[in-house]
Amino acid sequence: MADMVTLTIDGRRVTANAGTTILEAARDANIDIPNLCSNEELHPYGSCRLCMVEITHKKRQRLVVSCIHEVAEGLEVKTATERVLNVRRLVMHLLLSRNSTHPRLREIAAGLGIEKSMFPVDYKGCILCGQCVRVCREVVGVSAIGFKSRGDTRAVATPFDEPPGDCIACGSCHYVCPVGVIPMEEKDGVRRIWKTDFPMAKCSVCGKYFAPVKQLEYFRKIANLPENHFDTCVDCRSTKK
Amino acid sequence: MKKCKSASELASLREKLAAARDPKKPTIVICAGTGCLAYGTQKLIDNFRAEIAKRKLEGTVDVRTSGCHGFCERGPLVVIQPKQIFYQHVKTEDAGEIIEKTILGDAVIDRLVYRDPATKEKILHEHDVPFYKKQMRLIFGMNGQIDPRSIDDYIAIGGYAGLAKALAMKPEHIVDEVTKAKLRGRGGGGFMTGWKWESTAKAEGSPKYVICNADEGDPGAYMDRSLLEGNPHSVIEGMVIGAFAIGSSDGYIYVRNEYPLAVTNVTAAIESARAYGLLGENILGSGFSFDIKINRGGGAFVCGESSALFASIEGRAGEPRQKYVHATDRGLYDKPTCLNNVETWANVPPIIVKGAEWYASIGTPGSTGTKIFSLVGKINNTGLVEVPMGITLREIVFGIGGGIPKGRKFKAIQTGGPSGGCIPEKHLDMPVDFDELSKVGSMMGSGGMIVMDDRTCMVDVAKYFLKFLEQESCGKCTPCREGIYQMRTILDRISEGAGEEKDIELLEWIGTGVIDGSLCALGGTAPFPVLSTIKYFRDEYLAHIRDKKCPAGVCKKLITFTVAADNCTGCTACARVCPTKAATGEKKKVHTIDQATCIKCGACFEACKFDAITIS
Repeated sequence: MADMVTLTIDGRRVTANAGTTILEAARDANIDIPNLCSNEELHPYGSCRLCMVEITHKKRQRLVVSCIHEVAEGLEVKTATERVLNVRRLVMHLLLSRNSTHPRLREIAAGLGIEKSMFPVDYKGCILCGQCVRVCREVVGVSAIGFKSRGDTRAVATPFDEPPGDCIACGSCHYVCPVGVIPMEEKDGVRRIWKTDFPMAKCSVCGKYFAPVKQLEYFRKIANLPENHFDTCVDCRSTKK
Repeated sequence: MKKCKSASELASLREKLAAARDPKKPTIVICAGTGCLAYGTQKLIDNFRAEIAKRKLEGTVDVRTSGCHGFCERGPLVVIQPKQIFYQHVKTEDAGEIIEKTILGDAVIDRLVYRDPATKEKILHEHDVPFYKKQMRLIFGMNGQIDPRSIDDYIAIGGYAGLAKALAMKPEHIVDEVTKAKLRGRGGGGFMTGWKWESTAKAEGSPKYVICNADEGDPGAYMDRSLLEGNPHSVIEGMVIGAFAIGSSDGYIYVRNEYPLAVTNVTAAIESARAYGLLGENILGSGFSFDIKINRGGGAFVCGESSALFASIEGRAGEPRQKYVHATDRGLYDKPTCLNNVETWANVPPIIVKGAEWYASIGTPGSTGTKIFSLVGKINNTGLVEVPMGITLREIVFGIGGGIPKGRKFKAIQTGGPSGGCIPEKHLDMPVDFDELSKVGSMMGSGGMIVMDDRTCMVDVAKYFLKFLEQESCGKCTPCREGIYQMRTILDRISEGAGEEKDIELLEWIGTGVIDGSLCALGGTAPFPVLSTIKYFRDEYLAHIRDKKCPAGVCKKLITFTVAADNCTGCTACARVCPTKAATGEKKKVHTIDQATCIKCGACFEACKFDAITIS
């Protein structure tokens, strides 16, 4: 078993496995720290800056992002000092200027006493948390999408803004997006994502379209499965057994 | 060339090289730094060679190109040895005359001699010129003595002696020496170099990397460039010593691709150091091996930040990564890494040769040694200056820099690159070191110094630097990407006369949040130019906001150009330069400027010799 450390979060003594992040330790202790770019399935990224906390360790006081900073013995964490709240308020005002409507953003903002952005809204939808890019690379393993450009012109895109050659249309990016701005549609045996049409495979038993052909091909390849492995949909496969 | 297999072989090679140098032989030393080359020095070099060939003097007169001398304002620079005659603003066609009169004859060419603008006194020798006289050129002074492409030159003046000495020391003693010298990182952070070395040496993991950060990208700063171009071996020697102390066998120089001469010279230097047995396998027969690869940057300012630099070398996009682990433990490829800046590495050999005590005696107790600054902007002597830490800003600006051109008034000096603060006149007498600069809301940074006069608008300055950082932000984290953008649009508003008083408070609030919230030091320091100008020049912001006026006469929307009838002689100069024909008038009659067509470019103001154009 991993070593345990004891720290305090907002005055509460909390024990956590060494190596876990402050955010995870807080979550386990039911202490809420708002966040948008962190996801248990992905490597910490630290881009939204919402989960900042103020820590005192060995008499040194500073702001860190709780999704990356690991717990340590004797660490003192404060999740809502004035300095922390100011950064969070700024971040929410800035994010609301990109996306003023999404309920999740509005809810976090409301928790900080913000109704609408103090900045002019230039609706872009995407808040650049990078979960889609990371899930595609880290979990799916295809890196079909990435970031283009830099500064405030940064955006999530397919290579050269063309139909993504490596995309398997699995939709992970669509599902993981916290503000739901990656559209995905299915109609007449075709899944449309990243402005590209992907044919779906038909179940040999019930005839239902159940998954993109490219996704099944990819799964067969990485898991080394026989050619006919995904001939049937999940429902028909389970009833067969 | 035969490899030097021991320190004594290197020492005897040095003796041989030094003996072969005839100190009495007439030599034309031509500065071939970037500044002088931009003036067209290559043609001058070619012409000197041609004129020598024409007179069949090839064996008797030497032509040597050297690294940057620093006095870029006065280039092309030529020094005639052994007489040490210093010529400035030399033109291509002057070559023949210099050979005839100064080398073959004993005459000095008056028009090429430096004349002190303050005293009008003619100064014959480089070291007597006030610009140089008040400097302490420990690191940068070698540039003028060597041809950057010649390892022999460097060895002859004592190069690689520090390496030979270090290889006979215990690695931990080398680290001790650097720690005792209190050398602090010249790249910006000012972290104790010795501590960094010690942590990397003690860190677990293999291989360990030694990296030279030559991704200098601050607007107006070119000291690392000139050092790498003018004396690449000093940097390489420092790196080999560091690698030996740390226990590293792999090194990188991460250099901007926009510095082609630096890339060429450092590539050549690495090859010749290998050929001489000073780099590569079994250095000087010591059994220690270390080699350096060059990695050319891809044109992003943020790649000077350590984690972005590592990402770039690893072949990923140059974006910083947040890690609460030091690079000394997990840096490049997650291995222990010691990253130091060009100038820091170049400071290592003298520390080893002359000792920590000597080094620590220079400068202030908290900031030892010298620092090279790039002195640019509204200053008479634009160039690179090396001064002991602790010198006052006034001495740099007025003593060495020669003050402000055209008799204008000093207004502020911005130190530390685009994210540095603007320091006003009242702090000019403070000593320049790492800690003092932080106290007044600026920083040492890598050593950029931009001087501003009373015709510089501080709102415009803040906007300029913010715009730069906005474009260079990688865009990964919210405060830097969006915050800098919003701050810049507020500044736009103010400079267009549409600002409100609450905008100042708003800028301060956003600025604080961007500093606290950003992932890396780019965002973490980006608001400094804004916050420091608000702190020291609040009145100027208020003038833009309340009175809708730009006191310095820069912000176009807030100024008008008019003709002062009393001063106008009707010379037509303004009408001739006006691109939109807004300035008109008959010869010898008072001119007028049509406000509807005037684009406020300021060409008339610059052209008028009679102070007849007023900006209001």
